[in-house]
Amino acid sequence: MRWIEAAALVVAVAMAGYAHSSSFSQIPQAPQLPQAPPIPPMSTPTASAQIQQRFLVVVDAAHGGNDIGARIGNGVLEKDITLGLSARLRSTLRAHGIEVVMTRQTDVSMPPLNRAETANHAQAAACLVIHATATGSGVHLFTSALGPTATARFLPWQTAQSAWVTQSLKLESEIDSALAHAEIPVSLGRASVEPMDSMTCPEVAVEMAPLVGGHVTEVRAITDASYQKSVVDAITAALEQWRSDWKQP
Amino acid sequence: MISRFQKYLFFAMLLACVVMAAFLIRLRNRAQDRLQAQAAAAPAAMASVGSSLKTVILYVPNDLDDSLTTVERSLPLPADGNAQARVVLESLMEAYRAPASTHPINVASGVNDVYFLAPQDRTGEGGQMAVVDLTGALAAAQPSGIEPETLTLLSMMATLHANLPAVTEVHFLIDGQPRETLAGHADLTRTYLASEAEQRPSPAMPAGAVR
Repeated sequence: MRWIEAAALVVAVAMAGYAHSSSFSQIPQAPQLPQAPPIPPMSTPTASAQIQQRFLVVVDAAHGGNDIGARIGNGVLEKDITLGLSARLRSTLRAHGIEVVMTRQTDVSMPPLNRAETANHAQAAACLVIHATATGSGVHLFTSALGPTATARFLPWQTAQSAWVTQSLKLESEIDSALAHAEIPVSLGRASVEPMDSMTCPEVAVEMAPLVGGHVTEVRAITDASYQKSVVDAITAALEQWRSDWKQP
Repeated sequence: MISRFQKYLFFAMLLACVVMAAFLIRLRNRAQDRLQAQAAAAPAAMASVGSSLKTVILYVPNDLDDSLTTVERSLPLPADGNAQARVVLESLMEAYRAPASTHPINVASGVNDVYFLAPQDRTGEGGQMAVVDLTGALAAAQPSGIEPETLTLLSMMATLHANLPAVTEVHFLIDGQPRETLAGHADLTRTYLASEAEQRPSPAMPAGAVR
């Protein structure tokens, strides 16, 4: 049987050679396009799609365990408010197709180092550090007080956020606009609060305060479910907008 | 047999002892209060000796709109820089504990002392680093939160820089010891640039404002 296989192979090669030299070769060749330079792996459509699919938000519920945070009043502790608000935010974001990683999901102590590690490992498109206070009115947005620097391969741990400060300010602006659209008073500021300076992602600290005084027509406690929902909805809208704008720095 | 007269005398003397003891305890408490008040007013007393009345600028925070408002006060300032800084900061603490304060912190004395050092050479502009030693009572009375704690630090930094322009950096201690945060949020491990107070939070926009 071997000679039959060899003969078939010879016939096939001969037919292929004939086809190439006669009829097919007479078809005019399309002009050859200039050869594109080699594309780095991260710029290929497949890689871009992977980045789009990796749009992930880290939600850091501040405090926890022995670290109770602020006493909001009537026995309400900041650590409980931040955890509840973070869980609510996670549910809403997931309902809008945004992947979420939380630094803590229960009432446990977590050092700032571990929080930053979780956020940095996730390579998140946005990091939100959730706080609450009994002082002031509306929502306070804070970004790191570090000055912006260029992105580098290696960054000092204590000032790693400096390479993302410009992105963080843009993210803060998105959230600010969404909260203002929801008629929630907003204040913007820069602050030095752990673990913000060590996070390598666009990050904003969202500190929720009661609605009191100023231009507020209705006093609403920080524990008010409808008030929390309006804040969460506004942040979700801002992150949806951020998803369409965001590019990996 | 004890006579009736001796019994009366004994009880009268016992009563006199009790009254005298109560009187002495009251006198002691009053003297202690007076000494504490003198200690709290030490900078003012120090300022009033051989010092002239000067206008100082205080940056008073407002919790509701996240702003710092400038307030001018005339104070007798001592010649010594450390004492000047302490007098100015104590005057700021008075604004904190005023009945209609927009940033209420109810503490009798918030500053133990202020020291001046050569700055960590980061800007190359020279100047001085002020090390502000705050009292534990201030840290305990400070409302917890990023906003209130940051406003307290910014108001002290801005006030120091406005009245002592040579101060370019500020570091905070609590009762002479380094501490991680003021009241759970604002980082006290780092040295602040006095110019950071210029990046203070903007006033809150009214609800429903169009941006």
